[in-house]
Amino acid sequence: MYAKEFQQSLQAVEAAREQNVAFEPARMTAQQKEDLLAAYHPDYKQSEFAVLQFGPNKGDKVPHELCETLQAKSRIKASDVDLTAPDYDVDVLVIGGGGAGSAAAIEAHEAGANVMIVTKLRIGDANTMMAEGGIQAADKPNDSPAIHFVDAFGGGHFAAKRDLLAKLVCDAPEAIQWLNELGVEFDKTEDGTMVTTHGGGTSRKRMHAAKDYSGAEIMRTLRDEVLNRQIPVIDFTAAVELILDENGRCAGAVLMNMETKDLLVARAKTVIIATGGAGRMHYQGFPTSNHYGATADGLVLGYRVGAKLLYAETLQYHPTGAAFPSQIFGALVTEKVRSLGAKLVNAKGEVFMHPLETRDVAAASIIRECSDRGNGISTGHGKAVWLDTPMIEMIGGEGTIEKRIPAMMRMFGRYGIDIRKEPILVYPTLHYQNGGLDINVDGQTTNVENLYVAGEAVGGIHGRNRLMGNSLLDIIVFGRSAGKNAAAKAKDTTVGALTLDHIAKFEAERKAAGVDSDAVSPKLLPDYTKARSEI
Amino acid sequence: MENMVNVYLFGKKYEVPADLTIMRAMEYAGYQLVRGCGCRNGFCGACATIYRIAGDRDLKTCLACQTKVEEGMYVATLPFFPLVKQVYDIEKIPATQQVMMQLYPEIYACIGCNACTKNCTQDLNVMQYIAYAQRGEFEKCAEESFDCVMCGVCSTRCPAGISHPQVAMLARRINGKYLAPKTAHLEERVQEIRSGTFTDLIEALMGKPVEEMKELYNNRDIEK
Repeated sequence: MYAKEFQQSLQAVEAAREQNVAFEPARMTAQQKEDLLAAYHPDYKQSEFAVLQFGPNKGDKVPHELCETLQAKSRIKASDVDLTAPDYDVDVLVIGGGGAGSAAAIEAHEAGANVMIVTKLRIGDANTMMAEGGIQAADKPNDSPAIHFVDAFGGGHFAAKRDLLAKLVCDAPEAIQWLNELGVEFDKTEDGTMVTTHGGGTSRKRMHAAKDYSGAEIMRTLRDEVLNRQIPVIDFTAAVELILDENGRCAGAVLMNMETKDLLVARAKTVIIATGGAGRMHYQGFPTSNHYGATADGLVLGYRVGAKLLYAETLQYHPTGAAFPSQIFGALVTEKVRSLGAKLVNAKGEVFMHPLETRDVAAASIIRECSDRGNGISTGHGKAVWLDTPMIEMIGGEGTIEKRIPAMMRMFGRYGIDIRKEPILVYPTLHYQNGGLDINVDGQTTNVENLYVAGEAVGGIHGRNRLMGNSLLDIIVFGRSAGKNAAAKAKDTTVGALTLDHIAKFEAERKAAGVDSDAVSPKLLPDYTKARSEI
Repeated sequence: MENMVNVYLFGKKYEVPADLTIMRAMEYAGYQLVRGCGCRNGFCGACATIYRIAGDRDLKTCLACQTKVEEGMYVATLPFFPLVKQVYDIEKIPATQQVMMQLYPEIYACIGCNACTKNCTQDLNVMQYIAYAQRGEFEKCAEESFDCVMCGVCSTRCPAGISHPQVAMLARRINGKYLAPKTAHLEERVQEIRSGTFTDLIEALMGKPVEEMKELYNNRDIEK
């Protein structure tokens, strides 16, 4: 139930609902999209970016907060640990216990490698767990990997590394099959046909889902498989520096127990960074849909040892973050809500855009509606637009919401909002790090040998904007591939003497560049203590 | 003046804004959380919490990130609970009732007290899904337990020592792998890709100038 101040606008939405359901809004032209993004998308707001003063991406622009953390001091000095007596000695070290890390560990184990996962929280405390809408794969007769390629390449503004994208789309059906064989449940009809829907910017219905717990279903199954294989998982333990060997190849990491702060040394023949995203950096003061540990750690670890970043200046603001009530401010409202037929409606009850434009375009359009056009609804925490969820039941029949998006129904139901009968208020929320470490198609960074990356910490797979359902896909495709390749590479690797010389070298570059902040990184966790809100 | 309430975190009193969740209230009070905090959005089960409102006999359970504070709320978080997770090979287990008897025989010691259901933070019918598991009805168990976030609160309240979330996890994997219908179009597509059906199409896209890619993209036909 909404309070009085929303009633007037709510009545306009209800009055127009029948008409709005039937209304088919036009999609924007390429030029309209370009102009909209330039004027309203946060990535285009120049004042929010800073230039990196040193390091592999010197001269590049990234968000202020990322710039500070990339150029911050190390948490340790080389003399803090004894590299000659490692606490762990493995073939493959996986840093991060989300979907990409778990998929990588399973495949490395399958290949016979001695593999270990370290994660600063628990295995499964990751953005994968929170992915709701689904996973793309071109496996229907009217679809093909080539069509999937064109959708993703265009949606990412023609900037994706084509070899990475080709791998993503061509390995997609096998990724779904692999998950299904592990026991991941997918929404299917009685004859086994996958129930698939559109996502923003797709030209075929190729979104596979497990209700709106798609990521959770994948993550808990991968976790169960990691545990069944008895792969060691060192939880509440963060990687704070990578270790190189005397030949400049990645050869392990310094770990920190998150509770006791003890430092440990892990030596490895190959290392996979699978540390995920950066929503908890709250770029530009946005709330986030991300999990507690999303603080760009992997980018920092890689940058310090000289690995290059690609498209680190591009972030994804999910168009529909919850804007009301305050308790769930910034939480993800899955795109699947729009896939199932709900449209975005402004304060006057007008449908102001096609609901399935790409995310960057949809986010910019909502921001325009709430700023210059003055058609937003005041929530007490800023402006918002309506996402008219009752349309779903009008289109799909009564019971569709409970069956297809039970998590959404529950999330709002806890605060007395029945999304079957009432619309919800949404505004963009910081959702995904489009950019990240630059890799080759084998998953190895382009300039640090034996350092692999998978998942959200990678840049270049999606270009400058990612389509819904291509992230759950990339963590599986590139996670598995990194695991296999890192295991194979480990077989041919003899680790030389370990060194942390890069810390002093980085510090010297920092001084030379005149950067003198006291910040340390990786950040590991955000600090919300004593604060009224998360941002 | 802002509307404030008194909450008792592990018995100690703090005054916090009334519109905060329990998790945010802990942070507002000054806790830097490491345990008991994961996705902060109700999907990961890290923040299982037990509370009692002063003067109320009922002991309640919830997820700290999904529940608003109340006046007189006594809060204890449960950042970890020792669930039993049996190790098995998904490729080799039988998809029958027998597997439950082997791996989780304690489910047959359920006394029907319904404390699991009563305490489920997701409002699932936990005792019912355990009953399905007992009978080897894995499809029903999978459906009934699907929204489980594995927070473990059910198990903390179980006099029979059942690890409900792990039982359900096993049932869902068996259902997903062995019992749910196979997807013919998926298997066909994987075969087609392996045999190179799309290789030329993809190759053609790899070298196409960006202007031509834009033409292709901007003129796609979009499935209704």
